Amino acid sequence: MSLITLIPLFPLIGFLINGIGFRHVPKSLAGIISSAAAFASFACALTLFLGFNGQPQIVHLFDWITVGTLNISMSFQLDQLSLLMLLIITGVGTLIHIYSIGYMSHDEGFGKFFAFLNLFLFFMLLLVMGSNYVVMFIGWEGVGLCSYLLIGFWNKNSNYGNAARKAFIMNRIGDLGFLLGIFLIINHFGSVEYSEVFSKIAEGGYSSGDKTLFYITILLFIGAMGKSAQIPLYTWLPDAMAGPTPVSALIHAATMVTAGIYMIIRSNIMYSLAPETLDIVAWVGLATALLAASIGLFQNDIKKVLAYSTVSQLGYMFMGLGVMAYSSSFFHVMTHAFFKALLFLGAGSVIHAMSDEQDIRSMGGLRKKLPITFITFLIATIAISGIPPFAGFFSKDEILAHVFEHNKLMWAFGVLGSIMTSFYMFRLLFLTFFGEFRGTEKQKHHLHESPIAMTAPLMILAVLSAIGGFFNFPHIFGGHASLAAFMEPLFEQSAIEHVAVDESLEITLMIVSVVAALLSAGVAYFIYVVKKTVPVAEGEETGLQKVIYNKYYIDELYDTLFVKPITALSNFFREVIEFLVIDLIVEGVGKLVKTLSSEVRLLQNGTTGYYIFAMVLSIAAILVWSLKSFLLG
Amino acid sequence: MQQIPDVIREIPLNYYVWFSAALFCIGIIGVLTRRNAIIIFMSVELMLNSVNLLLVAFSSYKADPAGQIFVFFIMAVAAAEVAVGLAIIVMIYRNIQTIDVGLLNKLKW
Repeated sequence: MSLITLIPLFPLIGFLINGIGFRHVPKSLAGIISSAAAFASFACALTLFLGFNGQPQIVHLFDWITVGTLNISMSFQLDQLSLLMLLIITGVGTLIHIYSIGYMSHDEGFGKFFAFLNLFLFFMLLLVMGSNYVVMFIGWEGVGLCSYLLIGFWNKNSNYGNAARKAFIMNRIGDLGFLLGIFLIINHFGSVEYSEVFSKIAEGGYSSGDKTLFYITILLFIGAMGKSAQIPLYTWLPDAMAGPTPVSALIHAATMVTAGIYMIIRSNIMYSLAPETLDIVAWVGLATALLAASIGLFQNDIKKVLAYSTVSQLGYMFMGLGVMAYSSSFFHVMTHAFFKALLFLGAGSVIHAMSDEQDIRSMGGLRKKLPITFITFLIATIAISGIPPFAGFFSKDEILAHVFEHNKLMWAFGVLGSIMTSFYMFRLLFLTFFGEFRGTEKQKHHLHESPIAMTAPLMILAVLSAIGGFFNFPHIFGGHASLAAFMEPLFEQSAIEHVAVDESLEITLMIVSVVAALLSAGVAYFIYVVKKTVPVAEGEETGLQKVIYNKYYIDELYDTLFVKPITALSNFFREVIEFLVIDLIVEGVGKLVKTLSSEVRLLQNGTTGYYIFAMVLSIAAILVWSLKSFLLG
Repeated sequence: MQQIPDVIREIPLNYYVWFSAALFCIGIIGVLTRRNAIIIFMSVELMLNSVNLLLVAFSSYKADPAGQIFVFFIMAVAAAEVAVGLAIIVMIYRNIQTIDVGLLNKLKW
């Protein structure tokens, strides 16, 4: 068996052991089994990466569906894109598994948690390794399921269950788009294999702006909107924070939500030929980036801030995709996986220390008690804010540079978004780790640095967040842009035209965004450290702040627009249709027969003479009937 | 020596038909009006025999012996039926000390 098939197999075995043996596998073993499974996958992926010769490998497992000329096979494809995704998923996944051993140690569903985590890993690996859209779709649905299971992991709280359902339903809307996209691909190209579809496009002489490609790409993008939380399907992600923090880090920051970006990069040939879709992708990404960042400015729940930040960063990635800066977007996927996982895990460490308190208004001054968490969180904050030389700076500025050559206005909005990013991240940092402690005495007494199982992943991720930018060190600083060079073969068939950005201009752009980020960090420092402002209590916000704090009332808007009419419709069906149609017709027939029979059965009164009389009468009637022509002449 | 069919044919067919019909109606009325099981039974026999008579008459007029053979079968079956029927009536009498069918109305609804 080749290494390629082993990669998804390990998490599956881990899932089966922990899932079937839940409550039987000892707690000390469950975490180790799962982490080992994740690590084994990582080791395989790394071996494959080191031995990769630049040629895509396809491993055919079996033919799954064969109908007419359409053949859908269960097969894996290993190329530059799936290798990089594999490394991110298994690498960050392993760290988060190890972290969870510490974080979930007090939870009674320990084994179940690890089983779900491994199942998620299995489906995510399937998603990125599949060599056709259908295998990707299996993984796509599977990670959705795991996301649902893990958001509602503490299912005794019905709010968490609702959040899980919301995530699932929102994703279903996107999945429908994805599915229709796949159908259209099958209909148009007669195949779902990436290699066949893409070579057909490359040889088919499709012109830019082809209608079919437009529909396919827009449908696939709807799928991406759901999974990667873009406007208008983003509202599930902040609610998904109901799940345990490692889940937020793994699924809702580092891996699953980037599936949409993976899919678009995978289909880049189609997207490059559909400029209208690219425009939509770019503007939706930008709008999402700005909207989510602005909501993040006033949130007080440590995980909510990070959730909106994730939505916003995903927006940046889509903006990058929209201007055909595929490798830059992927670079951001990678650095974002590092620093956002780190931020979530850091937040988890804080929550763990604060005895499950998530409100930053009750925190403050934690840097002395949680030094490792503080330093790693600081590194991640600097990285996400785009301050050099940490990872986020390189990836974000690469996207922004490409956006600038595409559309100057979009770039300006992008910089505005990064100013907000920097502000809300530093606000979070200052409110959590600086100033005086604002929680209860009991919490203060309980404060402690997390165990080594939790801090070790933090430190590793901190190193990656710090140096992650050097994986794709830009030419202007004397680097080789090695990531972009590595990914080059993926895009050779798609017609990307990039105007070379003037070097001095690129440096100017960088300086502008760095200065802007630093300034807004300074403003945050002034407001939250020097002036010691603490966000006002619940319900006391005023004006615009109130609107933003309540997420622009978008949840309420969706509630009014979609949920309420559907509820009303189902109520109508329940009360009117059910009563008039189901009861009246279905039950009515039964009732009629019952009533009639209760009357008719009285005819059987037991008197023999009566029976005979009826018989004679009936025979006479039959006689008359049969002889009527004779009698009447 | 006259053949039986010839004797039968000496009376017009109409008479047989009317006579049988009358016999049959008497039988029906007997069954419908009387409550004594034995009388009902006899009335049933009357109806049966009116049919037999008709069969014989038609058979003679059409010169077809099948009708008369059929009558023999009916009589054989009727004999068996009488045995069973009388046995039932005896059992009824043993159970309820009467053979009034009007009182036999337990099997209802």
